Amino acid sequence: MTEATAGDERVAIMESPIHVDYRFTAGLAQSRFLKGLSQGRFLGQRCPRCHKVYVPPRGSCPTDGVPTTDEVELSNQGTVTTYCVVNVPFQGQSIEIPYICAQILLDGANLAFMGLIQEIPADQVRMGMRVEAVWVPPDELGPTMASVRYFRPTGEPDAEYESFKEYL
Amino acid sequence: MSAAPTGRPVAVVSFAQSPQVRREDHRNEVEMLMPVVEEVFSRIGVTKADMGFVCSGSSDYLVGAPFSFVSALDAVGVWPPMRESHVEMDGAWALYEAWTMLRAGDVDTALVYSFGRSSPGQLPKILALQLDPYYLTPLWPSPTALAALQARALIDAGRATEEDFAEVAARSRRQALANPYAQLSGDRAAEELMKDDYVVSPLRRHALPPITDGAAAVVLAAGDRAAELCPRPAWITGIDHRIETHALGARDLTTSPSTTLAARGAGLEESAAVDVAELHAPYAHQELILRQALGLGADVSVNPSGGALAANALMVAGLVRIGEAAQRIMDGSATRALAHATSGPCLQQNLVCALAAGTSSGGR
Repeated sequence: MTEATAGDERVAIMESPIHVDYRFTAGLAQSRFLKGLSQGRFLGQRCPRCHKVYVPPRGSCPTDGVPTTDEVELSNQGTVTTYCVVNVPFQGQSIEIPYICAQILLDGANLAFMGLIQEIPADQVRMGMRVEAVWVPPDELGPTMASVRYFRPTGEPDAEYESFKEYL
Repeated sequence: MSAAPTGRPVAVVSFAQSPQVRREDHRNEVEMLMPVVEEVFSRIGVTKADMGFVCSGSSDYLVGAPFSFVSALDAVGVWPPMRESHVEMDGAWALYEAWTMLRAGDVDTALVYSFGRSSPGQLPKILALQLDPYYLTPLWPSPTALAALQARALIDAGRATEEDFAEVAARSRRQALANPYAQLSGDRAAEELMKDDYVVSPLRRHALPPITDGAAAVVLAAGDRAAELCPRPAWITGIDHRIETHALGARDLTTSPSTTLAARGAGLEESAAVDVAELHAPYAHQELILRQALGLGADVSVNPSGGALAANALMVAGLVRIGEAAQRIMDGSATRALAHATSGPCLQQNLVCALAAGTSSGGR
């Protein structure tokens, strides 16, 4: 004790590394969605009460709190509801900047999800732009969002703002 | 004073739980909760629209998912907007928060739910994270190692033997045979259990709780509303919770003064005069400590459900104790009951809830 205090070396910082591993359970509905991705399909679920279609589904309608039991296969096409152009490099970045990260509302869905937009210059992307999924080759498909390489413009006229304003 | 004799009487009017299992391999938290919430409502013919308040208990550390309690709300549905709260604790403490809301008179009904999946993570490491971060967590003691220190102290004090632990385990799992939701039940005599190997001396396999995934829900109602919803509400005559120091070395692990204080706060006398007591004692020896702290007589039926030795879903097992105790009042098999919930290592924090049958004026 005397020796330790004699040097007046007070402990100001201590390191205590923490590492915990988890086994993730996707759930029944999300497992269906992930299996759909490995077949190159988007599978959502419909609320029996409000009839909204959720993709990816979580097994329940967050509005009504009831199980979503009807499975719905969605279109490969959708609409960009909103987007962001990423110009900032960060560690682990796998895509060349600038790139476009967009919220995509698949046709027939009532929930938008995030996707990468390619095959268009970053300064030409816009809200309402029509896009379609480009999947990885069949032998590379798996139960992961990485099965979708990206979305690209279909060339169709842009969707009316009224058609997606609820999903921004 | 948490149990001051003011405010409206509040009762448990419905209880439901999921099957308590070793591992929910297929369902996510929302999918586990939905049938439980549906059942707790349908038992008394209400919907979420009838609830004035919703409060949940869970811990993000268990599944390693930040804000998992927010996504769990999908099991209830939150439109139109509702008053909602969450505690990063066992659902028994969520019930405590809901009880204060109802006492205050703002709302007449509340849904309380909790979910806990103990299986996805490395449970001993996760539970070590709740310890003192400078001197204890870096040692990564398992909860069983800490409980074994407590059990050893109990033996050294001459207050219990390993055979006593085996008796608690044998009785708990025999009683669990009548509980369809129990994970672990069986009819093995204490002498036979004594042949089990030690996990951490002096605790043998049978003295440990199972690792459990599960969910539970309770509906609380105040005053006349309780009597409308349930022919025999389980009135909460008192509820209180107390905590002991973080420093394990500063505690007398053979006693549970916080449980005794909480029992007094809940209006229970030195010898709790109840028909049934549901005690949250994850390790067998902890039931012996709690019995003494609560002054339970030999005539009290302790853990007819099998207790935490039959199923111990973290964040859920405490709320299940309240639900099980209340259920026995609601079904007429008990008139006065005590429910206990614990949290932290070696019974660090304890909640005691006193329940009774009777008219609403009987509730304090």
